[in-house]
Amino acid sequence: MHFKKEFDFVKLSKYAYIFSIALTIAGIIALAAFGLNYGVDFQAGSNVDVKLSKTLTKADIEPVLDKIGIAKDATISPGENRMGIRFTKVLTEDQDEQLKAALLKLDGKSSMEVNTVDPEMAKELGRNAIYSVLISCIGIIIYVSIRFEWRFAVAAIIALLHDAFMVVAVFSIFRLEVSLTFIVAVLTIIGYSINDTIVIFDRIRENLRFGKQKTREDLTNLLNHSVNQMLMRSLYTAFTVFIAAFFLFLFGGESIKMFSLAMVIGLIFGAYSSIFIASPLWLFFKHKQKPNRKAVKPSKA
Amino acid sequence: MKRIATFIIVVLVATGIMAWSTPGLLDSVRLGLDLKGGFEILYEATPLEPGQSVTKQSLTRTAESLEKRANALGTSEPEVTTEGTNRIRLKLAGVTNEAEVRKKMKEPAVLTFRSADGCKVPEKNATEKDIYCKVELVGSDFVENGAAVGYDQLNRPVIDIKVKDKKKFADVTKRLVGQNLAIFLDETMLSDPRVQQELTDGKAQITGSYTLDEAKQIRDTINLGALPLKLTEKYSQSVGATLGKQSLEKTIEAGIIGSIVILVFMIGMYRLPGIIASFGLIVHTWLLILVFVWADFTLTLPGIAAFILGVGMAVDANIITNERIREEFRNGKSVMSSVKAGNKSSLRTILDSNITTIIVGAVMFAFGTGAVKGFALVLIVEILLSILTNVYFTHFLLGLLVKAGLLKKPKQFGVKESEINAL
Repeated sequence: MHFKKEFDFVKLSKYAYIFSIALTIAGIIALAAFGLNYGVDFQAGSNVDVKLSKTLTKADIEPVLDKIGIAKDATISPGENRMGIRFTKVLTEDQDEQLKAALLKLDGKSSMEVNTVDPEMAKELGRNAIYSVLISCIGIIIYVSIRFEWRFAVAAIIALLHDAFMVVAVFSIFRLEVSLTFIVAVLTIIGYSINDTIVIFDRIRENLRFGKQKTREDLTNLLNHSVNQMLMRSLYTAFTVFIAAFFLFLFGGESIKMFSLAMVIGLIFGAYSSIFIASPLWLFFKHKQKPNRKAVKPSKA
Repeated sequence: MKRIATFIIVVLVATGIMAWSTPGLLDSVRLGLDLKGGFEILYEATPLEPGQSVTKQSLTRTAESLEKRANALGTSEPEVTTEGTNRIRLKLAGVTNEAEVRKKMKEPAVLTFRSADGCKVPEKNATEKDIYCKVELVGSDFVENGAAVGYDQLNRPVIDIKVKDKKKFADVTKRLVGQNLAIFLDETMLSDPRVQQELTDGKAQITGSYTLDEAKQIRDTINLGALPLKLTEKYSQSVGATLGKQSLEKTIEAGIIGSIVILVFMIGMYRLPGIIASFGLIVHTWLLILVFVWADFTLTLPGIAAFILGVGMAVDANIITNERIREEFRNGKSVMSSVKAGNKSSLRTILDSNITTIIVGAVMFAFGTGAVKGFALVLIVEILLSILTNVYFTHFLLGLLVKAGLLKKPKQFGVKESEINAL
């Protein structure tokens, strides 16, 4: 596929800004109102994931939990041949064993996964995650500023923070569970988002060398032209990575479902932001450049 | 002809090596606990007595004792690693009697000698613990693996233990002559012999009416229990073997389906260069498994996720190159120069974008723990391999075909004649 027609991305970016700002506000409201649905990794407690050979209902499980004395801390989410039980308290060794024994009595072929995290540990994991994001950003700013120029770096960082926040916002709005793998997903999205943005920036930088862009219009045209040149590559790559993440979400193991979902959402935002957020932002910064200076800085590469 | 021969030989040899080695390679990939079942516990170590601190040495020794303990309990390949300044991560797989093993690992037996020196006069129904309130010696004061079963004069089994510091033991026993020195295992009193005299040889004996089996059991508990530090569970994950296997199968299935769709897409979109790109992707995946086996990495679920995702990212390198070559075509360049220019200018783009992703991966590796670290490691290795295979290797193969004259028409690159601008 090859488009003869060139799209005016700069013009379209206005709508993208409105959309992104609206979603950001919705995300902030959702976060303020209900926060995130923390999984066991971030909020201390135990998480039990049971694979069953038959379908058990809540009514089958509740008396069992009651007997062990852990019913009031539990949230049961039954599924087909599968059951998730989330405890707000950390299960003791004994309770864990009793639960295992009781489940085996109900279904001799059941197999379960138990995750327990201490509150202190959970806080530390969350802290480390935020540090990772911030330090990644600093690393990227330094690298991109050296290889390109600061305007590209700042635009790229805003785009990647946007992508990361969008995923957090979507998870908050839909009350999806945030676990340690979610952090992995957000970090990967940042990796992907920056990757995608850099590819487009690379083309802009290349085209900048082909002559002096004196007016706003020159720059706008250059940007539109560059994005159009990279459009097919952006779509194809986003599609293939999306395919990988999507099949992982569809067929992959239960424990990476939320990871894959976060990836799928993040990939879409990553591709979108490179075109509609990062590139126009760069243009915006470039426009602000003082007109008496040379319009184009000689590229370092 | 020579170039075609080179091309065919390279492809055949690579395919042959891959076909021959893959089954063996797949078998030797070390699987994480989440994929084969087992449990993982992260302990935080604290000193047995308040006021002391956790040293690197005591932490290592604790880890070593834990490993010995796990081995003694008959688990296969226990993995015990220290983390940071006060943590120990324990991974056990293939455990049949999980409950028992876990209990023994989790509740390290603490051996103490206690006296009633300076304690309040016991109340009527005071427990032994209240009577002997002063801890005189702790587990780390005893020689590791120093406990042995012996017999007293009446041929009753007793447990002999050795103290590391003879002088300390002599001082304690001298002070307590005429008093009882109780021997506790955790909070249970084993015996409370009266100290008859100062003991200078650093040896003590636990007597009581034990059967031989009981005596042996106490000996083992003491030997295993001489942990220099106290451990508390901070994080634990236990995965049933069936569930682990299911996760593995499902995730690999998802990976295969995803990969096939990507390969079909590449070939459909880019024709012959697409086939070469697909070949590069397969070599890339094979190399990654090879690195896993050689470096003895453990494959976990997030690792597989990174793996599959990496395939998607590696495709990007191919797409960038091929799109670039097409662009050159549309500008009217010849096949030879289009491929050359496309390869060259795409390289810089690919390097820039991949290096930024490596930066993110490196940060994840440096600051992450467990799953995050594994994921980051796979991602970094994968990007490096991707540059090797999906840039250099595919460029090399494509170059051979072009120079051999097998790729002459833009159509073979999926570019329509009508799209080409005349110069």
